[in-house]
Order: sequence, then C-alpha cells, then structure tokens
Amino acid sequence: MAEAVIQTEKLTRKFGSFTAVDEISFSVASGEIFGFLGANGAGKTTAMKMLTGLLAPTSGEATVAGFDVYRETESIRRNIGYMSQRFSLYDDLTPRENIRFFGGIYGLGSSELREKGERLLDSLDLQESADTRLAALPLGWKQKLAFSVALLHEPKLIFLDEPTGGVDPVTRRRFWDMIYDATDRGVTVFVTTHYMDEAEYCDRVSIMVDGRIAALDTPAMLKKQFAAETMNEVFIQLARPAKRGEG
Amino acid sequence: MKERIDKVRKSLTVVAHLLRKEFLQIFRNKGMLPIMFVMPFIQLIILANAATFDVPEVPFHLQDFDRTALSDRLVKRFTSTGYFKMTGESFRQGNAIGVLTGNRADMVLTIPKDFEQEMMTTGHAQVQLLIDAEDGFTAGVIQGYANDIVTAFNRDLPELLPQLAGTQIVQPVIDIQSRGWYNPELVYIDYMVPGVLVVLVTLIGLFLSGMNVVREKEIGTIDQINVTPIRRWQFITGKLLPFWIIALGELTVGLIIARAIFHVPMLGHYYVIYLVAAIYLLVVLGMGLLISTVTESQQQAMFIAWFFIVIFVLLSGLFTPIQSMPHWAQNLTLANPVRHFVDIMRRVMLKGSNLGDIAKPFGILGLEAVVMLALAVNRYRKTSE
Repeated sequence: MAEAVIQTEKLTRKFGSFTAVDEISFSVASGEIFGFLGANGAGKTTAMKMLTGLLAPTSGEATVAGFDVYRETESIRRNIGYMSQRFSLYDDLTPRENIRFFGGIYGLGSSELREKGERLLDSLDLQESADTRLAALPLGWKQKLAFSVALLHEPKLIFLDEPTGGVDPVTRRRFWDMIYDATDRGVTVFVTTHYMDEAEYCDRVSIMVDGRIAALDTPAMLKKQFAAETMNEVFIQLARPAKRGEG
Repeated sequence: MKERIDKVRKSLTVVAHLLRKEFLQIFRNKGMLPIMFVMPFIQLIILANAATFDVPEVPFHLQDFDRTALSDRLVKRFTSTGYFKMTGESFRQGNAIGVLTGNRADMVLTIPKDFEQEMMTTGHAQVQLLIDAEDGFTAGVIQGYANDIVTAFNRDLPELLPQLAGTQIVQPVIDIQSRGWYNPELVYIDYMVPGVLVVLVTLIGLFLSGMNVVREKEIGTIDQINVTPIRRWQFITGKLLPFWIIALGELTVGLIIARAIFHVPMLGHYYVIYLVAAIYLLVVLGMGLLISTVTESQQQAMFIAWFFIVIFVLLSGLFTPIQSMPHWAQNLTLANPVRHFVDIMRRVMLKGSNLGDIAKPFGILGLEAVVMLALAVNRYRKTSE
C-alpha cells in the first residue's frame, strides 16, 4: 500500500455531551479516491472539518498530508484543497476575479496567476464568461470552477464536501471526469456524497452511522459483504438502524 | 536579508489580494453604495440644520387687558425681536390654559388692566408670563428671551414715560453682559457639525465592519478562507483597511461640506483631526470586527451595533451637555470613544486646540484602539473550538 495521506486513530469530537464523531480510525492512501458516506447527521461534516483544520478534535490522533491536526494546521492548510458543500466562491465576483483572489491568497505570483488562470479558463471553456459575475452562471459551471480553483495551488490532497449537490446526472458525470483527471496527476481525493452512483466511482468507501465508521472497503467488496446489488442497498442496510435522524 | 524582504513582500501581496477583493465587492453592492456615499451627507445636512438649541419665533398668545399706549409698546417689543411671533389674542382670563394645552402657543403674555396706570403712579407694574414647560429646556430658553425683553423695556421706561422721571424705577444695579468665546454668536451649526460628522463616520465604520465578516459566515465563504494558509493579521488587515480608507474619505467630504456649505470655522490644523480620526477609526472598526466575529448572522450584528451606537451617541455630549448628566453617567462617558472624538473635533475646529491640548482624550482613544484590536484579533479564530 502507498503511503497514507490521511491517518486517523480514534479521532473524536464532542459538543457538550453529544459525541458527533466517535473514535473513528481509518487511513487514505496517496492517489486514492476515498468516498466518505453517511446519512445526514452521521458526523461526516464534523469529521471533515477536523481533518481540514476548521475544528479542533476533542481526542484521538490524526495526520493529514503528514502533519498533525492539533499542532500543524497551518502546514495542513498549505497542502490541501477544499471545496465545501456550501458554495465556496464569491458570487459577486467574476470567474477571473475568483481565480485571482484564491490563487493570490495561496501566494501564487502574478505571472503564475495569469498563466494558470488563462489555462484554467480555457480548459473549462469559460473564456466567454470569464468576466461575468458568478451569480449569473449555471451551478454546474460554478462547481467545476470551484473544484479547479481549489486545485490552483497544486495540493496533494483535496477535500470535496458534497461537490455535486443539486445538478443533473450528466453534469455530475462530467465533474467526475475532472476528479479522475486530478487523480491521474497524483492528487488524493476525499469526497463526501449522497449519490450512490458516485460511491461506485470511488476506490474505497467508508460509511458513517451515528458518529462511527460502520463499514469501509472497496465498493465491490462492500456489495459482496452485504449481499447487495448496488451501493444504494448497502447504504440502506447500514443506515436504516441509525438513531440520529434527519437534520 | 533578501529572503526576508521577499517574504514580507509576499505576505503583503496576500493582503493586497484581499483588499482588491473587498473593494470590488463593496463597489459592486448596488444596495450598499447609496447607503455609504449619499445617506451620510444627507444626514449631515439635515441634522446640522435641525439639531440646534435655538428656539426661533416662539408662538405666543396675547391677553392685553390694559390696551394702552404703554402695553402696546411692550407687546411691540416682543413681536419685533424675531424671537416671538404672536399667534392669537383673546380677552377672557380662562382662555390662556386652553391655548397652552391645545399647543396653539408656547407662551401666554398677560398684561393686566391698569398696567399703564400703575406704572405711572407707583413706578412698577406686573405682567404675567405663562410658559409651557413640558419641555423644560425649551421653556428655559423662552424664559431667557422674555426676561431679556422685559429688562430692556425697564431700562427704556424713562424715555417711554418722561413723566416718570424722578420716581424710583427698579433698575438692575449690575448689568451683566455675556459674551460667548470661541463661538461668539453662539451659532449652533458651528457647534453641531463637528459632532454630527463624528457620528456619521462612526455609523459607517461600525456598520460596514460589523456586517462584513458575519456576511461571509452566512454565505459560507469564511470556511473557504479559513482553510487557506492566510494569516490572522493578513485577514484582519484586509478586512479593516478598506473601511478605514472609506471612512477617512467620508470624513474628508464631510469636512469640505462643513467648510463650503456651513462655513464652520477651522481654527486648528487638519493634520490633528486626521491623526485622531485614524486612531479613532481603529477603535470603531475593531469593535465592528469583534461584533462580526461573535455573531452568527447579520441581523444579530446589526442589533448589537445599534445598541452601542445609541448609547455612544446619547452619552457623547453631542445633543445634551455631559455636565448636566448624573455623576455616574459622566464617569461612563469617559469610556465612550464618540464622546472623546466629538470633544476633540469641537476643540480643534472652534478653538484651534493643538495636539498638546487634546493629549488626554487622544490618549484614551489610543488605549481603546489597542484594546479593541487585540480583542478582535484574539476572537477571530480560523479553527473553532
């Protein structure tokens, strides 16, 4: 197995008496597409926030890109990309301005910014809309742009928090083509999703139930283990007994 | 060494990117632009004209039961000064109260029958002034005007009634003449404009900075910023500097209006005002940022900002003199940054005070700036606990 990009050991987060994430241990290998599944309220977002340095863990250990989540959050930030479920670019800025801003705060120089920005706009076929405010663009385009912007500083690892919410299957499929392109370049992908067809695209999948990891394997192995035809059935079998409901 | 300079340049570039983004967003927000750049000046013009302590043309009601040459003379004194305007006249004793309660006049002047007669025979006579004291302050002003008129009338009595010569008229032994220094004509606009300017700059600074970070929380972009390697000081500088620049710009326009439209004198130096404003704005913006970091929605931030603005303005000495506040409230105003800046603005503009004269309030503002910024920086966390 390749070196681990994410490694957690009994990682836990409590809010008062409520344990949102309960001693989860797993590792993600370099270059892998790791699907992080779970029903609403299972603790996915909390776990992801701890791994990206947005939330301090209560206990347990974790390293991301080789850095400790307690002490080296700044180094983690320099080495990861992040695209959140809530739309993460500025709607009142144009694609070009968004690229420039986010590239700029990651410390890209102005010539590098210009060059990379143009290449990015070309590859996304966004040149014509490059100076239109984002608010006027279709959601699918915005998601692709947000993904590309999160990769501008060439991180080893990218976190995608429900990246394709609210778009049609064709647009989603195109988005996944971009994810594959990124892994071809050696980027590790950590992705949460509610779409089970997307779960099938992952190398390995973990399913969280009530703050714990209930299953973790390749989609094929999981289907075999649960005697299921699809990942959808696997998910339902696991998530149905969950105590935490919607919300 | 070169490496060091390179590093500094790089981190300043990050701030520059943040600044550019903020300015783009500010000038693209069509709803906010008029609020930022038109409203303050409309407010300045309205408030400066409206907020005066002058009570011009007091409406008064006359009951002249004497109807002689002398009573007529006295009435003329009232109507000719410009301070009083007669709105009605009646001859029934009971009418007076109705006039006051009906708000048809603020004062009733009653001249009793035999006013002239008494004056001629005894050398003194009485008139009655009923003043509506619902608003004690205004009543005091009206009484002052009326006293002045009656005193002047007394003084001139020997000329008006030559036959009185020889009889003893009660004359004031000491004639007090007051002169207001630094604002000799007691032009209230001169007094109000510097203070109103402070309030406007405060409103803009506190609201814009108070809404800003919490807005990014609401949209969710704050998480995106927090996962980047941006440093706390870079973020805070990038967030505060735009509003600092805008507020100083507004102060400049306000000072131009004060000079060009209101002809408010400027006896001191502009550099003193800008130096103080630069520090003062750090207090206000630091406070706005602090509000923004401890709240979860723009609505919450708005309420907290209003709460402080109202207290700050009411306890600033802008509308009511600090000397007339109770002792505990006076002590409270010492912590009020608005009070100190209003005080400094008035002193510098109307008295020509220099830096040495205002060292104490300036020092307090400096201290508050340090405390506020430290609190704001401390409360802003990229990682939540």
